[in-house]
Amino acid sequence: METKKFTIGQLIKGYKNKSVSPREVLDYVFSNIKLYEPKINSFVTLMEEYAYKSVESLSFDEIDSKPLWGVPVAIKDNMCVNGFKTTCSSKILEPFTPIYTATAVQRLIDAGAIVVGKTNLDEFAMGSSTENSAFFTTSNPWDIDRVPGGSSGGSASAVAARFVPLATGSDTGGSIRQPASFCGVVGFKPTYGTVSRYGLVAFASSLDQIGPFATKVKDVEAAFSVISGKDEMDSTSHPYVFSPVDKNIKEYKIGIVKELYETEGFDSEVLDSLNNVIRLLKSEGCKVDFCSLPHLQYSLPVYYLVATSEASSNLARFDGVRYGLRVEGKDIIETFLQTRGRGFGSEVKRRIMLGTYALSSGYYDAYYLKASKVRTLIVNDFEKAFGEYDCLICPTSPTTAFKKGDKTNDPLSMYLSDIATIPVNLAGLPGISIPVGLDKKGLPIGLQIIGKPFNDNDVLNFASKIESIINFEAEPSLLGGR
Amino acid sequence: MNNNVVIGLEIHAQLKTNTKMFCGCRTSFGDKPNSNVCPVCMALPGSLPVSNKKAVTYTVMSGLALNCTISRYSKFDRKQYFYPDMPKNYQISQYDLPFCRNGYLEFFCDDELRKVRIHRIHLEEDTGKLIHTGDIMESEQSMVDYNRAGTPLMEIVTEPDISSPKEARLFMFELRNLLRYLDVSDGNMEEGSMRCDANISLKNPDGTLGTKVEIKNMNSLKSLEKALEFEINRQSHVISSGGIIIQETRHFDERDSTTHSLRTKEEAHDYRYFPEPDLLPVVITDEEVMSISCNLPELPLKKYFRFIEELGIGKNDASTLIFDLKLANFFDECVKCKCSPKEAVKWILGDLTYFWNEKKIEPDSNVFTPLYLKEILDLIDEKIISIRQAKEVVEKVFEMIESPRNIIEKLGIKQISDEGFLIDTAKRIVEENPKAVQDFLKGKKNAVGFLVGQLMRETKGKASPEMSNKIINEILNELSPKE
Repeated sequence: METKKFTIGQLIKGYKNKSVSPREVLDYVFSNIKLYEPKINSFVTLMEEYAYKSVESLSFDEIDSKPLWGVPVAIKDNMCVNGFKTTCSSKILEPFTPIYTATAVQRLIDAGAIVVGKTNLDEFAMGSSTENSAFFTTSNPWDIDRVPGGSSGGSASAVAARFVPLATGSDTGGSIRQPASFCGVVGFKPTYGTVSRYGLVAFASSLDQIGPFATKVKDVEAAFSVISGKDEMDSTSHPYVFSPVDKNIKEYKIGIVKELYETEGFDSEVLDSLNNVIRLLKSEGCKVDFCSLPHLQYSLPVYYLVATSEASSNLARFDGVRYGLRVEGKDIIETFLQTRGRGFGSEVKRRIMLGTYALSSGYYDAYYLKASKVRTLIVNDFEKAFGEYDCLICPTSPTTAFKKGDKTNDPLSMYLSDIATIPVNLAGLPGISIPVGLDKKGLPIGLQIIGKPFNDNDVLNFASKIESIINFEAEPSLLGGR
Repeated sequence: MNNNVVIGLEIHAQLKTNTKMFCGCRTSFGDKPNSNVCPVCMALPGSLPVSNKKAVTYTVMSGLALNCTISRYSKFDRKQYFYPDMPKNYQISQYDLPFCRNGYLEFFCDDELRKVRIHRIHLEEDTGKLIHTGDIMESEQSMVDYNRAGTPLMEIVTEPDISSPKEARLFMFELRNLLRYLDVSDGNMEEGSMRCDANISLKNPDGTLGTKVEIKNMNSLKSLEKALEFEINRQSHVISSGGIIIQETRHFDERDSTTHSLRTKEEAHDYRYFPEPDLLPVVITDEEVMSISCNLPELPLKKYFRFIEELGIGKNDASTLIFDLKLANFFDECVKCKCSPKEAVKWILGDLTYFWNEKKIEPDSNVFTPLYLKEILDLIDEKIISIRQAKEVVEKVFEMIESPRNIIEKLGIKQISDEGFLIDTAKRIVEENPKAVQDFLKGKKNAVGFLVGQLMRETKGKASPEMSNKIINEILNELSPKE
């Protein structure tokens, strides 16, 4: 199988004209994984036996009713799949096997997708490099000395390495878009609430969003149309029904986020790539202009107050009483302390402490409440911008993939790699990262497109139009040996 | 009433919903431990809460019945603390925007209508239960039953308007009765479905409030009163012997009716409240409030006044009736069936209550219906049965579960009102009992009773008591020497 043809569209086409069977595709998937996984380490758990069983239960009669019929998919290991370990790449959840399946995953399965494994992540989705996994670090298929980004680095690398044509990620501050950018694939964070969070182990409830990775915009669109919609198990989920649009690129008025263009810290090659996109858009007759989001500069501190506050609360349930790791102490308090002390990694602990502090009495007004207010200002900035523009564009990340270990001792510089993605989560907007070029080192550069809330179809359509103009066809050199 | 005592209550009432506050698990009690649990109420990773709409409606109902202002915009918050029987280690509760505020409850205390203000009513979830093997301090391990975790809990907080232990008890009694009328909680303190904490302080000589002490673990109305009595004495004693009251939480010990220090306020938690991001804010529209308000049942106090003012029932009888909704409903049904209210009350609080208790059945169980009472009252009016026979018929109804008319038909219970027959029989009895006649003539009036009794015995109790009395008296008076 040609890797360039390893897309959902190509697979379904092959299945329909019987040139390939889902079983043969699984054979290809697992042989590929066996060959390259030791270098990449995308997976925490492989589900080979389960995948073959699932394939057997697929009926060819359903190929037209199930949009993801026979499509192999990898699931980020913070989403539950009944009967399989869900570790969140954390020691505290290492022994945990859920008895339920996340709604988004269930919808993929119901649409005919075949789950092949669970992918590595930064512990509890906290991080931007997948180096915070309690188990191992995933490598970037474009350069195995570099990080794949994070926290959904396992999923992004699995798609980049062409292990699977589709993977799920979760995005709290950029955890889908930033690794997509680093790995040269497409990663989509839908509008908050369009995809149920049921079965996604919570990091920060008001920011978390599930979304897909694929190599083409059409593929993430196919996955999104399956997983989105109201879920009775998640009261914050929205009765959103996805309907694709096909608008010409000329019909779009695009804003370039000034604050994410002029600010220091963005690599010149990243900005060159953005300039190239702008030039192409203009030549296509698209209106492109600079727009300003004056409160964007506060996004990072606001995010780290809101996200850590919610995380400190969400992670309180991991106490060794009911499931997961338990380290016995002399009494219950000691058991709590020992379990949490040994179970959580240092980044998770850092964030729990930050959040606990921000919420404690006497500090609530100064930190959490203030952050919530500034968050509203950021939302208002976007609203104002969307009064004028259909979509906003900016680089997904200030840099391309950095080397492993480069930022592990400097959390603040690590946090900066999400500077362009975080504001989108604070405002609950849809955002997508698509590959638009390579830097001199041959590392992919991502472009982020941000849309109005519940205008996910506009974002996807516009992304798809740029994709066809740019025609990014590069693949990791690793795959050259195939 | 003691003007120096200031008491405020915090009442937790479990709501009578079929399912838990944030998931679809059953709320029933006494089931096998951990049998009514699911990923949501066990707080398994990835699970999310979904609000029980009925619990919200019940809270709004209670708020309206307690004359509260209903918030049109409310939200849930997280109250954080670590506890082994609390699955999430935070409790979903309400902080700054509860569903109900600023109400009051009126009730009688020493024949005086008292009013205690309600500060707020909010909704939260209950925790699970810890079961210790053996003694709580010694036990090697504790077990957790999460069946109760997630049960909807309504918290009612009063203003410190209560000024005596008795008043506290009567307030709780009235509140419990109100919740039972609304059918939102079974209000059973012994089973823990209604729990009460009391804050109590004594006023300083200059009128300012003294230090407040919280008392927990009162499992009945009686223990609430006892705990407060003990605490007033304890605090007065401490103050009069020159000591100071420290702010603390005290535990009430049922066994010897004393309170013991549980923890001092220095150990108070920092609950780190913040808005629950997994649940959307709750918007209650004017229409919803109106609709709930229109569907409220008649409340105890209103019923009490209606019974007295419209139906002419005595105060004591009216209070007895309203204290048991089923009794009050039975009475209302009887009145609807055109029973005389005064007669109905006599029978309901007398023989009927006796048999309901004896047979351990509820007034609404259909064994003895309001229509039966109407039949019995009619039979008495029609002079078909005597009061004494009526009592017998009531007993038979409970045994045979048949209508009074069927019973008197089957058992031949009927009073004899045939005047000729009664006069003949009476004359014979008077002749057969010369001693009684002599006694009567000597002025012993109770000889009449003896002769009536003989007549009754002769007729196997069927003679109309009224007529028998009249006839015997007439015969005896004829025998009396004419002056």
